[in-house]
Amino acid sequence: MSRIVRVAAGQGFWGDWLEAPRRQVEGGPIDYLMLDYLAEVTMSILQKQKERDPAMGYARDFVGAMESVFPAVAERGVRVIANAGGVNPPAAAAAVYDAARKHGVSDRIRIGVVTGDNILPRIEELIASGHALANMDTGEPLSTIRERVLSANAYIGAGPIVEALRQGANVVITGRSTDTALTMAPLLHEFEWKRDDWNRLAAGIIAGHIIECGAQCSGGNCLFDWRNIPDLANVGYPIVEATADGTFHVTKHPNTGGRISRHTVIEQLVYEMGNPHEYITPDVIADFTSINVENAGPDRVRVFGITGKAPTDKLKVSIAYRAGFKAIGTLVYAWPDAIEKAQVADRVLRQRLDRLGLRFDEIHTEFLGATATHGALAGDGRDAPEIQLRIGVRSGDRATVERFTREIAPLVLNGPPSVTGFAGGRPKTEEVVAYWPALIDKREITTHVEMLAR
Amino acid sequence: MKVRLVDIAHARSGDKGDTANVGVIAMRSEWYPLIARHLTRDRVARHFQGMIDGDVERYELPNLDALNFLLHGALGGGGTLSLKTDAQGKVFSTALLRMVLDVPDEEVRRLELPRGDE
Repeated sequence: MSRIVRVAAGQGFWGDWLEAPRRQVEGGPIDYLMLDYLAEVTMSILQKQKERDPAMGYARDFVGAMESVFPAVAERGVRVIANAGGVNPPAAAAAVYDAARKHGVSDRIRIGVVTGDNILPRIEELIASGHALANMDTGEPLSTIRERVLSANAYIGAGPIVEALRQGANVVITGRSTDTALTMAPLLHEFEWKRDDWNRLAAGIIAGHIIECGAQCSGGNCLFDWRNIPDLANVGYPIVEATADGTFHVTKHPNTGGRISRHTVIEQLVYEMGNPHEYITPDVIADFTSINVENAGPDRVRVFGITGKAPTDKLKVSIAYRAGFKAIGTLVYAWPDAIEKAQVADRVLRQRLDRLGLRFDEIHTEFLGATATHGALAGDGRDAPEIQLRIGVRSGDRATVERFTREIAPLVLNGPPSVTGFAGGRPKTEEVVAYWPALIDKREITTHVEMLAR
Repeated sequence: MKVRLVDIAHARSGDKGDTANVGVIAMRSEWYPLIARHLTRDRVARHFQGMIDGDVERYELPNLDALNFLLHGALGGGGTLSLKTDAQGKVFSTALLRMVLDVPDEEVRRLELPRGDE
């Protein structure tokens, strides 16, 4: 029988279930624990934290996650790969190392720290040397928002993670690695796949895509037959069991809840999908139309036949920038005529904002319980027992948004009747940190691996 | 005969900037060709009229019994700029499943489709 490498997903985003990493290392045999912490906006939040405190800027949940799995890492040889480093991987490594010392396992922890994705310090130089870093959606050059940029990171691939594993790391901490590289890298390392073995690399990427959102492939947020998905309270997070030829199974530990079937896996495969023929990553372009998925036993799915091709010479860059301020206010109107009352309140509020001379980049009204998420497809909301009026505004001027936040509560007494649900108080004004996707030539990005061990 | 898409397909949606994607998956492989035939680009664009500002792209994944639709200009700017409840397009999936298909009686019987009026 060919050798199997098991990669288990323990976090699908920063804020995911704190119990999951420990459950993955204790529920049965695994070789690697993969923890994905970064979403598009996460880097900018972390950058703000780092500005306040230079020792911050990483996903702090990660330290607790590591503490919960130290025994498995130190004694059973489980290796952890995480992009928890955010904008400060060395600080994340230092924090994990401190925790390891406290737990008396620091002599058995070898941390590989991956850096080189952060291009914020080089933005001026890059623009000056002709890199437009144009917005992939709008085509605008980065120079138009240059002074508002908060963070800028290239999405890096599996290479430096493999290098860290090769150097004996049992904990690999990266910054803005792609989510899929965290799963593909250990397979590439273990099976010694060639860097131009496109089909196998693509298989590793697809394996990563399936498990990168944690339980979202094992019964969580699953629409198909959702009522009958067993025991979500005890949901099992997914595990990839891969073989050298690139074929893999997706499964979960025994005695856990949730479900893994062809349906649950396909629901995850189509999540955030673009052009399925070309799923572009730094290491390979995977073809989703080549994927075969079949049931292979209870809570076990076999995935095979995946093809891929050579990647482009670009890396995607995730840039975050300050984009003004926003606030969202809500009130609840009750039967009878709940929707009409909410509509009147919206009109009254807009008239008042207008008379105050407030101008917004955007003002957006929704009627929750009627049309908020499905628009006119959902009907007109007549006879709804209650409707939540939800009004959001956005402006480059903080004072304008602040003034809006004072206009919600008065409606309770000076607007239409049967209104409640204002106990949360005045809406909060928050700064908008927006996302600017761009491309950069691969040769501009050099990654580094540093080992941190006793 | 009326067949509700929600009875024969499931779906998941997500975001990329101001674009929502909706992956629609046939509940049974033998239902995929029917779904692929009915869910044309134009039909889906009409379905979402008023909810999206941009074009619709359509991709077929017969290997997964799935279609993927990209709905551009769907998310009020997308990401953190959006003021929408569903800023990340998470429930455009079920909005698409509100579609009702007209299917010949013979085909409903042959494919054992659940009927919309039941």
